[in-house]
Amino acid sequence: MSVTYIDAIREAQEKLLREDSRVFLYGQDIATFGGAFKATKGLADQFPDRVFDAPISEDAMIGMAVGAAIEGMRPIVEMQFADFSSLAFNQIVNQAATHFYRTGVPIPITVRLPSGGTPGSGPFHSQSMEGIYAQYPGLVVLTPATVSDAYHMLIDGVALDDPVIFCEHKFLYRWLKAKSINGDHLPIGQARIIRPGKHATVVAYSAMVHEAVRAAERLQQDGWEIEVVDLRSVKPLDVDTILASVARTGRLLALGEAFPWGGVTAEVVSRVTEEGFHLLDAPPQRLNARDTPVPYHPKLWAAHRPTPESICEALRKLLTF
Amino acid sequence: MQFFTGEGVMNRDFLRSVFHSMLRARILENKLSSLYKAGKIVGGVYLGRGQEAVSATLGTALIQGTDFFAPLIRDQAGRTAFGEPLIDCTRTYLGSVEGPMRGRDGNIHRGRPSMGVPAMISHLGAQVPVIAGMLFAKRLQGTLAGRVGATCIGDGATSTGAFHEGLNLAAVEKLPMVVVVGNNQFAYSTPNKRQFACDDLAEKARGYGVGGFSVDGTDLLACASVICEAVRRAREGHGPQLVVARLLRLSGHGEHDDGAYVPMELRAGHYGRDCIEVAMRQLVENHLATVEEILGWQDEFSDEVQRAVAQAQQEAVPDPYREDWSALSTRFPISCPLSPSPLQ
Repeated sequence: MSVTYIDAIREAQEKLLREDSRVFLYGQDIATFGGAFKATKGLADQFPDRVFDAPISEDAMIGMAVGAAIEGMRPIVEMQFADFSSLAFNQIVNQAATHFYRTGVPIPITVRLPSGGTPGSGPFHSQSMEGIYAQYPGLVVLTPATVSDAYHMLIDGVALDDPVIFCEHKFLYRWLKAKSINGDHLPIGQARIIRPGKHATVVAYSAMVHEAVRAAERLQQDGWEIEVVDLRSVKPLDVDTILASVARTGRLLALGEAFPWGGVTAEVVSRVTEEGFHLLDAPPQRLNARDTPVPYHPKLWAAHRPTPESICEALRKLLTF
Repeated sequence: MQFFTGEGVMNRDFLRSVFHSMLRARILENKLSSLYKAGKIVGGVYLGRGQEAVSATLGTALIQGTDFFAPLIRDQAGRTAFGEPLIDCTRTYLGSVEGPMRGRDGNIHRGRPSMGVPAMISHLGAQVPVIAGMLFAKRLQGTLAGRVGATCIGDGATSTGAFHEGLNLAAVEKLPMVVVVGNNQFAYSTPNKRQFACDDLAEKARGYGVGGFSVDGTDLLACASVICEAVRRAREGHGPQLVVARLLRLSGHGEHDDGAYVPMELRAGHYGRDCIEVAMRQLVENHLATVEEILGWQDEFSDEVQRAVAQAQQEAVPDPYREDWSALSTRFPISCPLSPSPLQ
């Protein structure tokens, strides 16, 4: 018996609907159909009064959720793909994210973003938006990499009084399995050392955590011990855990699947440079996707995002500096 | 409050109440304009001059404590009618920490969301789905019956995706919502003919499957009749209602703008008339108020405005050294995992 990453997301939503009458689900094709990825499969049958299909109106979906949150509800909005959240950008960053600061009334909405690339998905069904949302004050941005985190962080995210951008990776949906949903349950905002090491630190999040671990396993054969930090949440960013790791290893590679200009990896490198420059034995490195739209063809796609090969190459350069 | 009594007679109290809010708003906004010109207000000043009849009628037709109202930039009169104290306005314009926005946001970007008045953002049409969501929450909580949510927008906002998406969503959910479009013929400086191509924006109602009304926004009696009917229909379960009020903005977009682009013939035409003067005449001719009463109200409201300005001017402005500079209500780091609250 095993649980997939998307099972965990479905289970978390079921538990939330069962235990908290303030929670409702809103999104395109999520009711009878169960969602484009089946993250809400069967939930409309169980909770017919709290699972609703939305019109194709991303902006209004978030605006509606904000209004419902003002009146005491805890909406979970599913964007069919993270990419489409660009259409809800205004309501997310200007309405939801500014609301508590401006009015003192928090907006406990959770926006689920099926994120990241999968083979053949192309430019508009593959994007990683976490860096864009993390740039705005007033949002919590979560990027679970494990089955257990997908479950616990969704439940904990809905319990937060602030707007949460929940970036769930589509590549992990069915590929990633665990024996059970229960893992170590860390609070939101705390990173996890997913693999200990002493020669270099890779800071990663979401699907890239698994690519980093693969690269670390390969380098182990050459005697390199690579520490992998799973950020879990990119905002807040657990700089303490990152700095503690860099203090042990002296070398940093920040790894992400998003576009290369700015973003989470740039933030990680700049924080470490600012606060831990003296800990570094080599210039900190970043590895991201390429600076083009995410390509359609699987061969192009596989070379657009970081791979275990490109991660190993970046790490070898870092280790031999 | 309803415009017509059970016998179909004009409700004296309703019209007097609407007029009070119109007059309070006009006197307050004239003062705001003076303060702006004297350099006492930082940032923009946006007036609802010429739109008071529409705005105040809507605010009066709504029930405080039950209904929701998302005003926009020209709704001082509607805010006042819906119970916003004048001091909320002067405090927000003057940056007092005692105001609802505590200096963190200014001028018309104010509200009390927990009391049914969300604080507008500058992005037009954005409050339409928010009001829909507030009503949707009440439906889920089983307390929607007898409740209405309303918002005001301008002609320019009808061109936005947010308006379209929000009104369509409200229509799909058949929510008791009223959207009042104050078509003042100019979105900042852009005239209607560069904004939309239909003859009357109320025609759009049919396409959305919602009720549609057109009204002369300079005519208090017409506004009272039409807006109250739209609110009644929404309240009685007929779904969203779109009211388009034709009028003319009697000021610039903001006080920094002299509105020189508004042609003289429009200013001199029917919609260029001042709704407050029209309303005064209607009240007097219909024996709903006397000239002496109106003059008395002017004095009374001028005193109220003076007090609201004086009080806000005496209050502290925000101190950057005491500001907590946190956009989140959650204080990270949190030491243990959260759990959802128990079943309610």
